[in-house]
Amino acid sequence: MSAHTEPAAAVAATTTPSLDVRGLDFAYPDGTPALHGVDLRIEPGERVALLGPNGAGKTTLVLQLNGILSPTEGEVVVGGLPVRKPNLQEVRRRVGIVFQDPDDQLFMPTVREDVAFGPANFGVRGDELTARVAGALEAVGMAEHADRSPLHLSGGQRRRVALATVLSCDPEILVLDEPSSNLDPVARRELADVLLGLDRTLLMVTHDLPYALQLCPRSVVVDGGRVVADGPTRELLADTEMLRAHRLELPFGFTLA
Amino acid sequence: MGAGHSHPLYLPGASVVHRLPAEVKIVAAFLTVLCVVATPREAFWAFGGYLLLLAAVWVAARIPPGWMARRALIEAPFVVLAILLPFTGPDPRFDWAGMSLSQAGVLGAWNILAKGTLGVLTSLTLAATTPMRDLLLGLQRLRAPALVLTIATLMLRYADVIAGEARRMRLARIARGHDPRFLWQAGATARGIGSLFVRSYERGERVHLAMLSRGWTGTMPTTGAPAAARTQWIAALAVPAVAAALAVTGMMTT
Repeated sequence: MSAHTEPAAAVAATTTPSLDVRGLDFAYPDGTPALHGVDLRIEPGERVALLGPNGAGKTTLVLQLNGILSPTEGEVVVGGLPVRKPNLQEVRRRVGIVFQDPDDQLFMPTVREDVAFGPANFGVRGDELTARVAGALEAVGMAEHADRSPLHLSGGQRRRVALATVLSCDPEILVLDEPSSNLDPVARRELADVLLGLDRTLLMVTHDLPYALQLCPRSVVVDGGRVVADGPTRELLADTEMLRAHRLELPFGFTLA
Repeated sequence: MGAGHSHPLYLPGASVVHRLPAEVKIVAAFLTVLCVVATPREAFWAFGGYLLLLAAVWVAARIPPGWMARRALIEAPFVVLAILLPFTGPDPRFDWAGMSLSQAGVLGAWNILAKGTLGVLTSLTLAATTPMRDLLLGLQRLRAPALVLTIATLMLRYADVIAGEARRMRLARIARGHDPRFLWQAGATARGIGSLFVRSYERGERVHLAMLSRGWTGTMPTTGAPAAARTQWIAALAVPAVAAALAVTGMMTT
């Protein structure tokens, strides 16, 4: 693993990182080890792709970030706040996770109620809540569908509403699990446009390497519960040896010089 | 409400009755049913009065009687039981149209039929003028147990998702030559139901994670409309007030 070469890392000394994972070890209660000594530091405004084959520990890592799972060793700090029991509610506000299946994420009867669910739990009420919901739906281009049921939306629309449900919480860092799965090419591009327009710190878990290249200047490769590579996405994706070693590959016809 | 959750018992409209807050209508319907049940079965005229009262509400809500009658058929299985009573009831008996009928049985059947039908009609009137989502919000404002409301809210959302999943699994079985008409192939259907249960259970786990991630602590946050106004309570409670007058008169005169 090479040292950070990003410009963002250069200012790290003066700013609080959005996410700081230090020496994280995790084993499931049955003893199955899942993560070994994971270090990951993400600066405010960075967009980072988390790449790795199936079973590499990506989703396990995501669930550590807001304290759904607790590390056996090591620590996760979100915007200067350590993930510990007394801080859980604030940590969950700061880490906005968009899960892979929008039908899991959208559980309220209407879009508006779903987008209001998070901020209402975090104590936002009245006009402020209305404004948050309107702002989040506006940001993903779904304002006119506020009163519909998620059931009657297309896959791409559901994905964007799922994004709005965490945007309304005003998170420090957005975490997306496989955002491009099950989307047609147009919906995929529309989601990319929305994400690029957000100007927020982003951690995106994906197998979709071209999507990672389009959206994230930096990538981190996880395999066997360890961080095995961390660097500019373009450089990592050009390293076919490394990709092959970790069961990753670009789709047919793609090459990076 | 948008096109979201228009259940088959709901008749979209913008009448006075539709516009009343759900909690007001729930309380009014509940009290009306209580009055109907408390009326002595011999006070025949009182039940006619209840029917007129409901008819007045239907006029106000612009619900066609035929529309209501078709949905009231849901009561049919219970009516079958009531029809048996005159034949199986105790003595004394009397002869009518060549049949020997039990006096107590006839009264019992009338009791079930009249009160059951009025109860169903009252519930249908509530359902016809209130979308499902508003019913849940109304119950929430009436402080119904939070757990029950959470379950009902999630059911409202996931019934369709699970039905969709069941449909896809059925298509996948049929595409591989499964013909559920044959009894010996029922096993595949049974296993399909089993795996649907497991899938739904797993989805439940994932939804729970998603809820926790957005700060869920055990109760649905209340959002939206302000409490019902006093005039709305008065308007809606006029219905059970008339019903109570009928019930009391019924008790006094029999």
